[in-house]
Amino acid sequence: MDLKEKLVSSFLAFENNVDVDNPVHDIRTAAIKNFEAKGFPSKKEEAWKYTSLNSLQKIDFSIFPKMESNLEFKDVKKYFLNEIDTYKIVFVDGVYSSFLSETTHEGVDVCLMSSALNKPTYKAVIDVYFNKIACKDDSLTSLNTAFSKEGAYIYIPKNKIPKKPIEIIHFATGSEAAALLQPRNLIIAEENAELQIIERHQSLTTNEVLTNAVTEIYAAKNAIVDYYKIQNDAHSSSLIDNTYIDQKDASHVKVHTFSFGGKLTRNNLNFYQNGERIESTMKGVTIIEGKQLVDHHTLVHHIEPNCESHQDYKGIYDENATGVFNGKIIVEKLAQKTNAFQQNNNILVSDKASINTKPQLEIFADDVKCSHGCTIGQLDKDALFYLQSRGIPKKEARALLMYAFANNVLESVRIPELKTRINKIIANKLGVNLGFDL
Amino acid sequence: MAYTEEELKKELETKEYEYGFYTDIESDTFPNGLNEEIVVAISKKKEEPEWMTEWRLEAFRIWKEMEEPEWANVTYDKPDFQAISYYSAPNKKPKYDSLDEVDPELLDTFKRLGISLDEQKKLAGVAVDIVMDSVSVATTFKKTLGEKGIIFCSISEAIREYPELVRKHLGTVVPQKDNFYAALNSAVFSDGSFCYIPKGVRCPMELSTYFRINQAGTGQFERTLVVADEGSYVSYLEGCTAPSRDENQLHAAVVELIALDDAEIKYSTVQNWFPGNKEGKGGVFNFVTKRGICEKNAKISWTQVETGSAVTWKYPSCILKGDNSIGEFYSIAVTNNFQQADTGTKMIHLGKNTRSTIISKGISAGKSQNSYRGLVQVGSRATNARNFSQCDSLLMGNECGAHTFPYIEAKNSTAQIEHEATTSKIGEDQIFYCNQRGIDTEKAIALIVNGFSKEVLNKLPMEFAVEAQKLLEISLEGSVG
Repeated sequence: MDLKEKLVSSFLAFENNVDVDNPVHDIRTAAIKNFEAKGFPSKKEEAWKYTSLNSLQKIDFSIFPKMESNLEFKDVKKYFLNEIDTYKIVFVDGVYSSFLSETTHEGVDVCLMSSALNKPTYKAVIDVYFNKIACKDDSLTSLNTAFSKEGAYIYIPKNKIPKKPIEIIHFATGSEAAALLQPRNLIIAEENAELQIIERHQSLTTNEVLTNAVTEIYAAKNAIVDYYKIQNDAHSSSLIDNTYIDQKDASHVKVHTFSFGGKLTRNNLNFYQNGERIESTMKGVTIIEGKQLVDHHTLVHHIEPNCESHQDYKGIYDENATGVFNGKIIVEKLAQKTNAFQQNNNILVSDKASINTKPQLEIFADDVKCSHGCTIGQLDKDALFYLQSRGIPKKEARALLMYAFANNVLESVRIPELKTRINKIIANKLGVNLGFDL
Repeated sequence: MAYTEEELKKELETKEYEYGFYTDIESDTFPNGLNEEIVVAISKKKEEPEWMTEWRLEAFRIWKEMEEPEWANVTYDKPDFQAISYYSAPNKKPKYDSLDEVDPELLDTFKRLGISLDEQKKLAGVAVDIVMDSVSVATTFKKTLGEKGIIFCSISEAIREYPELVRKHLGTVVPQKDNFYAALNSAVFSDGSFCYIPKGVRCPMELSTYFRINQAGTGQFERTLVVADEGSYVSYLEGCTAPSRDENQLHAAVVELIALDDAEIKYSTVQNWFPGNKEGKGGVFNFVTKRGICEKNAKISWTQVETGSAVTWKYPSCILKGDNSIGEFYSIAVTNNFQQADTGTKMIHLGKNTRSTIISKGISAGKSQNSYRGLVQVGSRATNARNFSQCDSLLMGNECGAHTFPYIEAKNSTAQIEHEATTSKIGEDQIFYCNQRGIDTEKAIALIVNGFSKEVLNKLPMEFAVEAQKLLEISLEGSVG
């Protein structure tokens, strides 16, 4: 039985486990129908031209997570941003771990999707926001919607700012030979609210893990949302991340994606600007090697006038790694005075690495400033020589240059401890000690 | 009095297709429809050898299995391939010795198009191989070219006279099964041009073919094959205009360029097929496959000015097979009213130290859609490949669209690829600056558009640059946003 059939036939069992009278029942049923009709995307589809899911579909993933596994905090401490105090929403094999988490209901809601879906207090919010911005046509998003049950639920009311950043961490313990996880997050920032989120998926074994995550983010008027995705998973894990962001007037949303690990990582990052004077920022650093594949698909839909979007993605590819970047900017007829910028720079370190990039513009308004730039190149030989001539070994010199290459993406990280952490990961990844504290 | 944008827009919209007229020349036309018999009949009509008939039939069988591509960013009513007549030739086919003997009506047509044969012969030094409804009826300057050993004739003549040359190269760059329209063309092409430049010869003049669609309901399926032997050079011009007509006309040409070691081919196109009227009715469907292959140290340069056609689907490409070879693509695509253009290029880097440059300028006005679609591919053995791409779009008015779909695929760590794209409109400050210096708005726009397109216009041969500039003005003057 292939994975698609298995998923479709498991749906009934899944529905019986959760509450069938729940209002999201209809949403789930419609979603599984769409997934059944569409199936997994194939390479024939334009959006999946360079990324194949075939090998993943051959793996016999177990769909329902077992009960909570025992994880000691000291074993997983290093995956948290432990230098500072944070709220934590932690899942182990898809199941919420109250022991590792720190949630809150004081003024703001930092809690669980399962309680939001089931408790009547949240019904009004769920009715308005759940599965509203997520694409109902996309097969993988539908798959997640059909099995949506658990994840992070964050609600920041008007004029509130949570006391500390929020970490969302998903651990996979490998209690199954191969596990499919489908977390579903809903994040709402009301007017003038502000929040920072750090998200991480971490497998603790070499067993296969496939995560198909969907996150919906709603930023109301003047809201500020900073979202950091750390993708430094084990090489046996794959991640398909679907993030949908709805922005209203004058809101600022920044998404940083740091892709260093994982076997296959696909990021579908979609911004919809439903208001004026909106700013959307997408930044990414990708450093991969081996047979890793990282695929960034971004979409910015400029619907109303006077908005801005900035995209800056840097990639360094070594060994047999493959990078994909597809940045799509749509400017609607009404969206005059739009400023949309997109930049994608890549370095191929090895001859076996490859990069496929497609910066795409679709523009229907005339009074706009839109540009995209894309480069593929190598490290500057003169700069390398300069550093070597000053006694810096070649390896360190290269690392230094690569660090510099990726640096301007890091500059906009607003949590200093996180910035240090990412720098350490980069230094580690490049196999050097840069000799100074970043 | 100030010339307002509204007035300019109106003027442009009401601007009728200036070259829209119809020449009444008796034609020898095949019944509508396409089957193996028609393919054989076309081949017979052209007195082709058996291998050619077989080649066509093979293409036809491949075509039957294929589906019309839908990935391009254009929408149109698909042509009914069984409602098209696949062959039509002017039935007076005398071999002229001088221009005086040419059908006066035909000469008049060219005159109205501003293509005076004798004038060109005298002034521009252009040898013209005129394709009028698929059959070449006049070739000039053959003698001068003959002395250098250059072959420049219609492809049907080449198939008869130089079968080994044609057989060796035909379909090597664009194989029959390449795509839907290339397969169709391979099966039914009626005529086209063939050009062969011998080793080490520098072609002394610009070679030029004028195409015209003339017969109602006749699809045009030209086939052009240009072979530049080692160390040779040729500059080839192609330009076209078509009479206005209500039903859509299909144009599916194939152009193959072969540049052997150290050779250089410069291929320039000015395309001005009938774009349809301002309601978007009628107009030519231009589905063209153009591709060139470069051997060692060879260079192929495509320059195109696309102002016509209701739907354009065209990607002149370079396969940079040999080491140190160079590919260039310079394009201006102008769309107005309901025109749709999906055009761009493919640069396939296979050899070492290969270089390519892409400069694409898209100008869209009215309710048109203008897309750039390009591919830059660097193979794993193409060390030190270098590419620079620049795609600029200019939008006039808020009902048109500009789109960019650049595909970049690199598999070699020494590749250096740069891609830049911008979209903008004509700035009010720019116009104000010109106005302030006594240049009226209309002229200012012409000036700005000219400046915007200059990088490409500069690449056109002298003789063509004038016509291209004229076309730009006709297509755009006044359409301001």
